Amino acid sequence: MSGIARRLYRGEVNVDFVGRKKLWYGLSAVLLLISIAGLVINGLNLGVEFKGGSVFSFKAPAADIQQVRTTFNDAGVHQVIAQTTNNGWRVTTESLPEEEVTTVQKTVAQKFGLQQNQVNLQVIGASWGGQVADKAVVGLIVFMLAIILYLTLAFEWKMALAAVVALLHDLVITAGVYAWSGFEVTPATLLGFLTILGYSLYDAVVVFDMIKEVTAKLGTTSKMTYTQAANNALNHTLIRSLNTTLVAILPVAAILFIGTTLFGAGTLKDLSLALFVGMIVGTYSSLCVATPLLVTLKERESRYQAIARRLAAHGGAAGTAAKSTRQPVTAGAANGSVPDAEKRKKK
Amino acid sequence: MLLVLLAIILAMGGVMFFNKAFTPEYGLDLAGGTTVTLQPVTPNGTPPTEESLNLAVGIIRNRVNGSGISDAEVAKSGDNIVISVPGAGQEEVVKLVGTTAELRFRQVMAVAAGSPPPPAQMPTQAPTPAPSASPTATGKQNSKAPKPGQTATPSPTGSPAGRALSSALTNPSPGATQAPSDKKPAKNASPSAEPSRSAAPSAQPTAPAMDPNDPMAGVDPTGIDPAVLKQFQELDCAKDNGQGAQDDPNKQFVGCSQDAGTKYVLDKAAVTGTSIDTATAGVDQTTGEWLVQLSFKGDGPTQWSKVTTTAFNSQPPRNQVAMVLDGVVISAPVIQEPITGGRAQISGSFTQVTADELASQLKFGALPLKFKKGSIEEVSSTLGADQLRGGLIAGAIGLGLVLIYSMLYYRGLGIVSVLSLLVASVLTYQAVVILGAFAGFRLSLPHIIGLIVSIGITADSFIVYFERIRDEMKEGRRSLRTAVEVAWVRARRTILIADAVMFIAAVVLYFLAVGGVAGFAFAMGLTTLIDIAVVFMFTKPFVALLAKRKFFAKGHKLSGLDAERMSVQTSVGSKPTPQEA
Repeated sequence: MSGIARRLYRGEVNVDFVGRKKLWYGLSAVLLLISIAGLVINGLNLGVEFKGGSVFSFKAPAADIQQVRTTFNDAGVHQVIAQTTNNGWRVTTESLPEEEVTTVQKTVAQKFGLQQNQVNLQVIGASWGGQVADKAVVGLIVFMLAIILYLTLAFEWKMALAAVVALLHDLVITAGVYAWSGFEVTPATLLGFLTILGYSLYDAVVVFDMIKEVTAKLGTTSKMTYTQAANNALNHTLIRSLNTTLVAILPVAAILFIGTTLFGAGTLKDLSLALFVGMIVGTYSSLCVATPLLVTLKERESRYQAIARRLAAHGGAAGTAAKSTRQPVTAGAANGSVPDAEKRKKK
Repeated sequence: MLLVLLAIILAMGGVMFFNKAFTPEYGLDLAGGTTVTLQPVTPNGTPPTEESLNLAVGIIRNRVNGSGISDAEVAKSGDNIVISVPGAGQEEVVKLVGTTAELRFRQVMAVAAGSPPPPAQMPTQAPTPAPSASPTATGKQNSKAPKPGQTATPSPTGSPAGRALSSALTNPSPGATQAPSDKKPAKNASPSAEPSRSAAPSAQPTAPAMDPNDPMAGVDPTGIDPAVLKQFQELDCAKDNGQGAQDDPNKQFVGCSQDAGTKYVLDKAAVTGTSIDTATAGVDQTTGEWLVQLSFKGDGPTQWSKVTTTAFNSQPPRNQVAMVLDGVVISAPVIQEPITGGRAQISGSFTQVTADELASQLKFGALPLKFKKGSIEEVSSTLGADQLRGGLIAGAIGLGLVLIYSMLYYRGLGIVSVLSLLVASVLTYQAVVILGAFAGFRLSLPHIIGLIVSIGITADSFIVYFERIRDEMKEGRRSLRTAVEVAWVRARRTILIADAVMFIAAVVLYFLAVGGVAGFAFAMGLTTLIDIAVVFMFTKPFVALLAKRKFFAKGHKLSGLDAERMSVQTSVGSKPTPQEA
């Protein structure tokens, strides 16, 4: 095993996540700004299901689905949902202005040897619009409140707040990827967002559970500040976080790869992109956004400030807990938190 | 635990086997379905208001996808409403969505045979029971049409207050159908029930008390609007059963029974469908017949108790209250006692399907518009088989990678994760198939991707657990067997808290969202439960079992728990883990 992998495996790595919070905050701020800019400038490419569209029906028994899709694409239509029915073809497209409708009808008629009036047009409303969208929004708001309440009970409100902020962070960035890439937002994509929502929270909760466990032991005589303890907890679950992300993301990556290479456009690609981006961002935010945020909130509590002050006084010029962790009280300090402290000292 | 799990898997397999359901039901995007276009019909031909159309879309959506898991879609198309339901040959759905479902409860004022009966079929010798003994036998039956479904609604557990209704409502139907009720006369809460039953000759059609050749015999015109009476005389149910007739709740009404065998003059509506709080389909415990149970809200209970009181104090046939659905009398039971408590049940030749259908129609309210059915088309899937296959292949490749990774990383313990994932996959598949067969759960592509992702989350539960075991081992002072137990206590809490978050997410979204979002949330909740089941009932017991094996306990190089790989130092003293900081 190579050095890093080996150290990872043994749980010997110690990355100062919390200490670099300015870096993470900066990075996240930039990502969020880019995402919001994308949402404002480009907007989301909403699918027919959300906006309504046009439905063309015509008879072309000899055509296959690929031909039909291509014909519509050639006529300048972006979103094509082609279906066969017992009455021929039924193709749903985005809402088209009148002149484009005529173009499409002409192209289709020409291609399949029909009269232009044999290509019928119907206007269809949004199957996922109005009520469905409204209720989904209400559901999401109640969901956020329920999660905050639950995490406040299971952990504490500061953790709940940090977790939800990280969640919003993930959703905005994922939405930003859609805005910039122009990938279509279909109901499938929306469901992908929901999956991310669950995943992001799940990941944050696992990390917070460890932080809670570690920091619960901090007392007035602790050798560590809340920051250090949280950082240790993070490193402790780092291997778990990476493993989990890898395991969860491997199938999604496979779907994204196959969806993109073999099928070009389609639900598979739309959905797996949301998941792929969302999961990476979700893991990142649990480690680098939620936890630093939590630490910022917690370090304002007087008891943790007291610990920090006391340790700072002990540590002298070094200003960290490096010395204190070396105190003999912590038996056999060859492992665990010490590499962290040493590294920090060197800086 | 392992055995319990095995039993669950086998039981679910058995359910699948007996129902011959081995594949999941797919959603619209994967299986295609039936598309129905409904055109609104307004009395004066003006286009319907936007508001009423939106309301109708909402109600229809609830009817076809009330549970949120059927993957049906409803959209407006101009003034029309387009409904897409997965699966071919779903034409009964047209009835479900297009039926207005206006329910009215009206006191019966007069009853007669539905149409002039052919004399040959009239049993002339039919006994006429003494009127005092048998209110139910009084002539409103016609012998032509025994209505097995339209029977009484007796309940063996009829307590006078809450369940009074069941004993109180005895439908005046031909003798044949009263046979079942004879079994339990003594239990009836209503004293009037017994004489009525014993008086009714069973297994033999009862003749109307009046002269069969004069349909108006026995009709007491008191209180009936002369115009309505004329309408009543002229009505021939065989020709026009009144289905979909204009049913003004504030006027008296003339209608036919479902089988066209009986016609009624009914009073103004006493209670309407808008007072219905809930409606559920159920089985009558005594007769085994399907019926629809209602509870009223608002003014409903008061009005219901008022009309039943009035009916109870009236002479036959005015002691019946008819339940009129879209202009058709589906049931007209005799009221045996005033019904308080705001509950009612409707019986009338229901099957499970029709009872469920009526219940969901009533529960979600009447449509604000009447519709005629436009085109019905069977449509193919929108995605085609290629996307499904692609998704499954990709998912399989992905899972394969996960398995390889966990074998490389966790070595011996990898076997546990491989088997756990396998068990999780089997359970998920079984659950999806069974829910498809019994609850109408339809699997769409996003669901499948969601399930694949959820397997990743299931894997996380093992990872959390395994890492805890390794923590315990690293501390170097525990045997594998204790480490497995101690680590479990810690890992269990993490797993439960994290899964609870997922589950809350699923429940909130399921109950608050509609359509596809609710369906997805349902799948999410399902996989979360499966995750917990697998970790508790398989992973943990299996690891505990392995811990007893030498291979693992001694930290064999390939076990994933060897000392070198975990940097366990055999030197004296424990290593501080962050927990001990």
